[in-house]
Amino acid sequence: MTNLIWLIPILPLLGFLINGIGNKNVPRSVSGWIASLSVLGSFIISIGAFGTLMADPNLVIKADYFEWLSAGSFTLDFGFLVDRLSIVMLLVITGVGFLIHVYSIGYMHEEEDYARYFAYLNLFVFFMLLLVLGSSYVLMFVGWEGVGLCSYLLIGFWFKNNAYNDAAKKAFIMNRIGDLGFLLGMFLIFQTFGSLEYDTVFAGARQMTFDQPVLTAITLLLFVGAMGKSAQIPLYTWLPDAMAGPTPVSALIHAATMVTAGIYMVVRSNVLYVMAPFSSEVVAFVGLLTALMAGLIGLKQNDIKKVLAYSTVSQLGFMFVALGVGAYTTALFHVVTHAFFKALLFLCAGSVIHAMGGEQDIRKMGGLKKALPVTHLTFLIGTLAIAGAPPFAGFFSKDEILAGAWTHSYLIFGILAVSAILTAVYMFRLYYLTFHGEFRGSKHQQEHLHESPISMTVPLMVLAVLSTVGGFLGMPEIFHMPHFLNNFLEPVTGWADLYAHGHASHTFEYTLIGSSMVLLIVIIYLVYNKYVKDAHVPKADHLVTGFQNVLANKFYVDEFYNTFITKPLNVLSSFSYNWIEKGFIDRIVNSFGYLTNGASGVLRLVQSGHIGLYIIAMVIAVILMFVFKMII
Amino acid sequence: MGSSILELVHINNYVMLAAILFAIGVMGVMFRRNTIIIFMCIELMLNAVNLLLVAFSTMHSDPGGQVMVFFIMAVAAAEVAVGLAILVMIYRNVKSVDIDILNKLKW
Amino acid sequence: MSKIAFFVLAFLSIFSAMMVVFSRKPVHSVLSLIFCFFTIAGHYILLNAQFLAAVHIIVYAGAIMVLFLFVIMLLNLNAESEPHKTSAGKIAAVVSGGLLLLVLVSVLKSTDGLQLSAAPDSQVGMVKNLGMVLYDKYMLPFEVSALLFLTAMIGATMIGKKELD
Repeated sequence: MTNLIWLIPILPLLGFLINGIGNKNVPRSVSGWIASLSVLGSFIISIGAFGTLMADPNLVIKADYFEWLSAGSFTLDFGFLVDRLSIVMLLVITGVGFLIHVYSIGYMHEEEDYARYFAYLNLFVFFMLLLVLGSSYVLMFVGWEGVGLCSYLLIGFWFKNNAYNDAAKKAFIMNRIGDLGFLLGMFLIFQTFGSLEYDTVFAGARQMTFDQPVLTAITLLLFVGAMGKSAQIPLYTWLPDAMAGPTPVSALIHAATMVTAGIYMVVRSNVLYVMAPFSSEVVAFVGLLTALMAGLIGLKQNDIKKVLAYSTVSQLGFMFVALGVGAYTTALFHVVTHAFFKALLFLCAGSVIHAMGGEQDIRKMGGLKKALPVTHLTFLIGTLAIAGAPPFAGFFSKDEILAGAWTHSYLIFGILAVSAILTAVYMFRLYYLTFHGEFRGSKHQQEHLHESPISMTVPLMVLAVLSTVGGFLGMPEIFHMPHFLNNFLEPVTGWADLYAHGHASHTFEYTLIGSSMVLLIVIIYLVYNKYVKDAHVPKADHLVTGFQNVLANKFYVDEFYNTFITKPLNVLSSFSYNWIEKGFIDRIVNSFGYLTNGASGVLRLVQSGHIGLYIIAMVIAVILMFVFKMII
Repeated sequence: MGSSILELVHINNYVMLAAILFAIGVMGVMFRRNTIIIFMCIELMLNAVNLLLVAFSTMHSDPGGQVMVFFIMAVAAAEVAVGLAILVMIYRNVKSVDIDILNKLKW
Repeated sequence: MSKIAFFVLAFLSIFSAMMVVFSRKPVHSVLSLIFCFFTIAGHYILLNAQFLAAVHIIVYAGAIMVLFLFVIMLLNLNAESEPHKTSAGKIAAVVSGGLLLLVLVSVLKSTDGLQLSAAPDSQVGMVKNLGMVLYDKYMLPFEVSALLFLTAMIGATMIGKKELD
């Protein structure tokens, strides 16, 4: 299996080429399956590689294929690295990716540009795999840019709608800001360590003394990249807008895989972050702020996908908090469980939207549980998982993050706990508003309510099972079960554990689990009372007042960016255009043109057309040339 | 004959003769307005050069110079054939061979 | 003897060349030019270039000048129809021609120092010798000049024919 890993990214690439080049010549019935099966192939190879890695804790599959870049003394090989960290990501990407591909076959069946959609989706998987597989920061950057491109293409998939195009551009530009940070970080890494290969860089970093300014700079710059890709404050505003894309895309790219690339990158560079405590604090702080803020905004959103988007941002914040407090394994654990339940939630949302004929406003839903039994049940599982109800996946990973935060700082723990409560509140609000109560949509919609086709429900069920059992990958210590993921990732993050702050006491863990369960029940009861018993429906947008209005308008962050960044830039560029470009540079350039024109107008008179004159001029010129020759 | 004219007459004389003939040719081109005469003056210039080439060829005992003259004659013959054809064409159109009438050669 | 011949020929060449430029009738110009060419052929003979002298007379006096004469007669040019430049133009022409001569002479003055290096080979200009060189070393240019003639022939015919209505 180890010599087959090059096939992992190549298969989706082949799928992309077939669907992309063939485009509309590929039969509709085939193109979806080509795309899905190519990802399934990668998944199977990944499982094989996983088996190989399981057997030997010290095994790292590293394969250099060819010399990629060579400039002066700098050479870089194009190589893949499969270790225990990347295999986890590989399994998540290809596994969840495969399910979402299958789901898309049903979801997109009415779409005209069927092949183009699957081509983009395959291309995304290819770049994502490249990002994870690369054995150097450069290759990671290639994947990093590639997934950004695919994200852009898929958000703007329905490019005839201008608002969607704007959302795509916004995502792209926001990501570019982050990419700049990543790029600068790479330059600094190269400057410091003379290489961009992981092995060399990390070996070099281990030799350095603790808390070096250059390491802080590198890690902060890399974190800027992660902010963009993983939608953290201040670069998070693109992610809610990215919901313009098809729903499976939101599930795959903007929930399960691409947005976790930032977390993967930080975990991969854990050696650097451990050596830079200040950066870790920044990471934790930004994550914390994002978790809280996105949670607050999520409370008052009425678009089913927007709620999920803000919940994604919030959960990503959780992950960054985990990274910041040094709990790298925990962050990855949450990436995995989050991939399961958030993909599930998005796909359920897709199923709901599908049934509602494109309607996304939860104020017009309600009572869908009878019409969509499978979707309802799986959505409930997803909600319980994200809210942190035992024994669902989110419970274990989130408790682990909270425990990690507790050992680090009580303040972080407190705020994070509030965010966790918020998660439960808005998720149950979403759940009750969508599936319980009376149907509030139009008559027409009600008649057409239907459960989704089997190609959509099967992935839902598989993901629901995964969301249920996914948490057993990492059981808390008190249950006296081996923490599988921790042990598995030991070779990768072992270095970081040397700097860990110790573990939370068993008493604390019992208290945490107990109190979170009690709180969850209270929340569910309260939310149930409000939205089901009292049949409260969120007010129309213009009737919302006070702080709720602020929340509904997402803290006016977009407006803030518009006023303080976009508008001044626009003013500056129109100034440059009108005054500097048109008034200054253009005038200089034009005046050269006018000068040439005028001068030639005068010189043209010499050309009288009389051949006799021409001959005399020629003779005189020849004489002058001879004279000149003599003088010299 | 054995002896060469160049032992009696210095090569310089030939150079001067050629220069004078060439200058006369140039002057003729500027002096006259009749296109045919101008054409003939050009032939005169060509012959001045030919003369010089032959003189130097003899001086260096190098047949290359004379071969070159041979080729120049070939080119001149071709040129005259085409040139006079053009001239007849012009005359047919403007009923004149006056070079000053041909003043369309401008922008 | 040869020396005297050279100077006489040189004088005749220059004189006839002047006549080409200054005669009023185009026919006189052509005749002067033919005479000039004969004197140049004489120079060639003096320089031991017999073959070239023959070719010169055949090509120039025999072919080219006949062509000129023919055209002049065809166009019926004579002194009355002959256009003349203004006197200012004539003066300008003479002055610049004179200047050119002056400059040429002063540039070519450096040939004063040229001396005959070795005994010249009087057989260089003979047909046999030239033929050896022409068909050996200059074979390709010779063939190309044949092509040139072909082109000129086609061109002259094309240009000279009456336009089809």
